[in-house]
Amino acid sequence: MSANTVALAYLTAAVLFILALKGLSSPVSARRGNLLGMVGMAIAMLTTLTVTHNVTYILFAIAAGGAIGAVIARRIQMTAMPELVAAMHSLVGLAAVLVAMAAFNNPVAYGIGEVLHASNRIELFIGTFVGAITFTGSIIAFGKLSGKLGSKPLRFAGQHWLNLLLAILMIAFGIAFFIMQSWTPFLIMTALAMLIGVLLIMPIGGADMPVVISMLNSYSGWAAAGIGFTLNNNMLIIAGSLVGSSGAILSYIMCKAMNRSFFNVILGGFGGEAAAADEGDGTQKTYRSGSADDAAFLMGNADSVIIVPGYGLAVARAQHAINEMSKVLTEKGVKVRYAIHPVAGRMPGHMNVLLAEAEVPYEQVVEMDEINNEFSDTDVVLVIGANDVVNPAAKNDKSSPIYGMPILEAHKARTVLVVKRSMATGYAGLDNDLFYMDKTMMVFGDAKKVIEDVIKSLA
Amino acid sequence: MTGAIDPFVLNLTVFVLAIFIGYHVVWNVTPALHTPLMAVTNAISGIIIVGAMLAAGPVKLDIGTALGLIAVTLAAVNVFGGFLVTQRMLDMFKKKNK
Repeated sequence: MSANTVALAYLTAAVLFILALKGLSSPVSARRGNLLGMVGMAIAMLTTLTVTHNVTYILFAIAAGGAIGAVIARRIQMTAMPELVAAMHSLVGLAAVLVAMAAFNNPVAYGIGEVLHASNRIELFIGTFVGAITFTGSIIAFGKLSGKLGSKPLRFAGQHWLNLLLAILMIAFGIAFFIMQSWTPFLIMTALAMLIGVLLIMPIGGADMPVVISMLNSYSGWAAAGIGFTLNNNMLIIAGSLVGSSGAILSYIMCKAMNRSFFNVILGGFGGEAAAADEGDGTQKTYRSGSADDAAFLMGNADSVIIVPGYGLAVARAQHAINEMSKVLTEKGVKVRYAIHPVAGRMPGHMNVLLAEAEVPYEQVVEMDEINNEFSDTDVVLVIGANDVVNPAAKNDKSSPIYGMPILEAHKARTVLVVKRSMATGYAGLDNDLFYMDKTMMVFGDAKKVIEDVIKSLA
Repeated sequence: MTGAIDPFVLNLTVFVLAIFIGYHVVWNVTPALHTPLMAVTNAISGIIIVGAMLAAGPVKLDIGTALGLIAVTLAAVNVFGGFLVTQRMLDMFKKKNK
């Protein structure tokens, strides 16, 4: 194939990737979009095969990796999606580092020429260190998300100074690589970048993982784009930039949903840190608690019910139960909807997928901005496994650490039901005034058990 | 204003324009599909497989081609895993559309 034909095939693939993302603007067009993405990838890979040797080895490597990917894709639990995504980011990061090493080892193979030009060396440096940070950072994120590392942030004095020092050292060795063009500074630079990746993610707590995972998503794209610069491959640059901007936008959305600045998250904030719960005025606040039967009675007689699910719902594996309950209520003529806060799950859009898996019709699932006006017209709000995202202090209490965070305005409904294990605080370690309102009834117990009891009682 | 344009400048042109496209396309993605978006971008960042295949491509087998083949395997996990898991999720959103 001529170089022009190859470039045109790559252009086609790049356009198909754009269409794949465009398809995600609605669940109806999304499946076709994904299909177009697959076609684009197939075109890109087949075209590349025509210009390489060792086709058998390469096909074998594709088959091996592809088989692993296919099995994982089939078996993965939807609750484990964040871990899977983090693991995949680390693979891209490592692949970028390996490709950069290979390019340095044999620039001719990439048509870069016998020697690396100044711009090639800079591109190689950037592609490698972004890839290396993505690689190790994602491994740490994976460890935290899967519970293998514990989600507690790890902090020590002088952490930021150490990171800064390492970053300066890394750049220094990058410059050494630029001048000497030898393996030693290249490898030291890569190792330093990997260490930085670890140190960057270790201090970030579990609650901030939606931001971290989006950020690493972005990095994995920039790493691919960086390699595209080295190889003068426009398709890699386009695909990498799409992924990079996607991750950046998701990070921004997540930060906004938590009312945190990006740097505040990265430099370590309150995620997972048990802030000394608010002192209160010393008086024991009173709350009303009721049984599943009471909850069933209230919801069964309501005209409209809004369910506010939090990650606790998924932890209790109560998604299917809640869908059963909604069906029963709908049959009784109750209007049921779900209100989704952007950080309801462990990654952007996670709660939507968890509900979709439980076959909750997506027409019933409404995003925060769209439903917030409707709480005041709603008879019953059922808060289940959520806490901070319905804390009215975010709107009313200027001294609250979460003041300014957008919340679901559950407190405006006529009656609020809260299903919770105990009165314990949420991630932010804050007390929640919603629980002590006169119109609130607490239902204590395991989410799944409570919902099943509600269904029995409704029947 | 003489001489050929450095490939770096052409790459940068494509890069900047692609970021603009990415920005506009991604803001149009419905928040309900943000998790599938991340999964499909995982698959798309597997495009690094093209670089890996080129690394594995030279006739002479050496450390570079070996690294390339490892990278092909890693990226293939992303490509196949990413697209398939996205498909699986999107099928869930379809089911109740009946």
